[in-house]
Amino acid sequence: MAFVNWFKRNLVVIAGLLTLAYLLLPNVIVTVFSFNRPNGRFNYAWQQFSTEAWKDPCGVSGLCGSLSLSLQIAFWATLGATALGTAIAFALVRYRFRARGAINSLIFLPMAMPEVVMAASLLTLFLNMGAQLGFWTILIAHIMFCLSFVVTAVKARVMSMDPRLEQAAQDLYAGPFQTFVRVTLPIAAPGIAAGALLAFALSFDDFIITNFNAGSTVTFPMFVWGSAQRGTPVQINVIGTAMFIIAVLFVLASMVIGNRRNRRKA
Amino acid sequence: MSTLTEAPPPLSPPAPEKKPPRKRGRWTPYWLLLPGILWLVVFFAVPMIYQASTSVQTGSLEEGYKVTWHFVTYWDALSEYWPQFLRSVAYAASATVLCLLLGYPLAYLIAFRAGRWRNLIMILVIAPFFTSFLIRTLAWKTILADGGPVVAALNTLHVLDVTSWLGWTAGDRVLATPLAVVCGLTYNFLPFMILPLYTSLERIDGRLHEAARDLYAKPSTVFRKVTFPLSMPGVVSGTLLTFIPATGDYVNASLLGSADTGMIGNVIQSQFLRVLDYPTAAALSFILMAAILAMVTVYIRKSGTEDLV
Repeated sequence: MAFVNWFKRNLVVIAGLLTLAYLLLPNVIVTVFSFNRPNGRFNYAWQQFSTEAWKDPCGVSGLCGSLSLSLQIAFWATLGATALGTAIAFALVRYRFRARGAINSLIFLPMAMPEVVMAASLLTLFLNMGAQLGFWTILIAHIMFCLSFVVTAVKARVMSMDPRLEQAAQDLYAGPFQTFVRVTLPIAAPGIAAGALLAFALSFDDFIITNFNAGSTVTFPMFVWGSAQRGTPVQINVIGTAMFIIAVLFVLASMVIGNRRNRRKA
Repeated sequence: MSTLTEAPPPLSPPAPEKKPPRKRGRWTPYWLLLPGILWLVVFFAVPMIYQASTSVQTGSLEEGYKVTWHFVTYWDALSEYWPQFLRSVAYAASATVLCLLLGYPLAYLIAFRAGRWRNLIMILVIAPFFTSFLIRTLAWKTILADGGPVVAALNTLHVLDVTSWLGWTAGDRVLATPLAVVCGLTYNFLPFMILPLYTSLERIDGRLHEAARDLYAKPSTVFRKVTFPLSMPGVVSGTLLTFIPATGDYVNASLLGSADTGMIGNVIQSQFLRVLDYPTAAALSFILMAAILAMVTVYIRKSGTEDLV
């Protein structure tokens, strides 16, 4: 009876932890199978423990090339989307002007549109223009769909900013430029960083839009897609595991730094 | 801060000598908006119009296409691919319901019961995002493999007999069946359900729960009458964030499904990239967009949170 009561009281916790397990199970599998020595071309069944793939992550032709291409595209897409998106976010929060409603919906729509529809329509445009599909068309597409997410992230931060801080700076004879660089930008920085991080993750991981607009160029997700048909090398699991570990470490580090800063303030 | 949304333009300080910056400020928003909005217009809005015109064209790849207002393409596309449309909606709806059932306890746990574990659980929800979702989806091939531990367990519990009878699985296989596709969809879009749910649950004032308990409400009544209604904004945006991308997805159906589980995304993809029948592909993606818009509008009306979008 005591157990039944305990179970009833903690039902939510148990169910929640089960969902968490469901979410993390594929990551566990990816990690475990990065130490596999598969029999044949596909790495779906456990054969034998081996650290070979970890010693030589670039051992498969095309893998590290696609990885570096994805990193480059993600870098430039982040830069472009963050610059354009931050400007839009400031304009939307700080100014009242005509067509605000229309612009808000233009920013909301790409986030609410199924990716296939966006991908297909962009391809129609590129085909009509006779554009050469490749690096530039991928970059254009990525900046387009990352833009809305950056605007949303930066807007949230700028909206919660106290405008009196900037007025104080101006009262202290700071010019508009100085005010922006020394007051506005530092306060908005966490929002801009969140938007940039989101853009990087979205661009790096995007498959559907890239698949339509890449031509014969191969990004990392496209390499993984192709390998699902031809044979999956263990190195893919190594890269996946490494990305997961780097992400967790990155978030932990930023939390530790944030905590320390808060403590110093207190 | 609410004062900001009510306030007139923040750059209009009362002092008269500040007039020049205000005059320059009149054009500033347009300069700030111009590059980004231009990008969205040229690479998002214009392509949609191009696609609309493509869908009413006839012709061939060799001879080129011409706008002939050939609306029959829509009819042909619908009559040929309605099973895939139905399947997409059915799979996406099942995945959305599953996401809600699975995601709600976890969001609740993070919001109210996690204590000092809250940040760690949050990280564990978000971090998988950074491992390529294709790699993680492929991992489901291992998890659901024929004769693997999951399938064997389901077999011993006679679950597979029931699901096979319902048509969700086939024999003692899970891979290449509808169940596998829905499982992949649920997994891939679960974080999009959890995060909005968490945001709206976290905003609920804990004192409301206390008040309900003081009034002798049972825990289940507290949930039904207080917690769940107050989390409705999260439920609505979570469902939309799950349902819309899930309907258009073709990755899960390709990797975990079979030829019989193709979704409309698979058809659009192959029409565009393999068959090269652009008018049909454009018509299909237009029907998909219209269908989703219609369903979303009805859903938002029904759930009574029109102010959300």
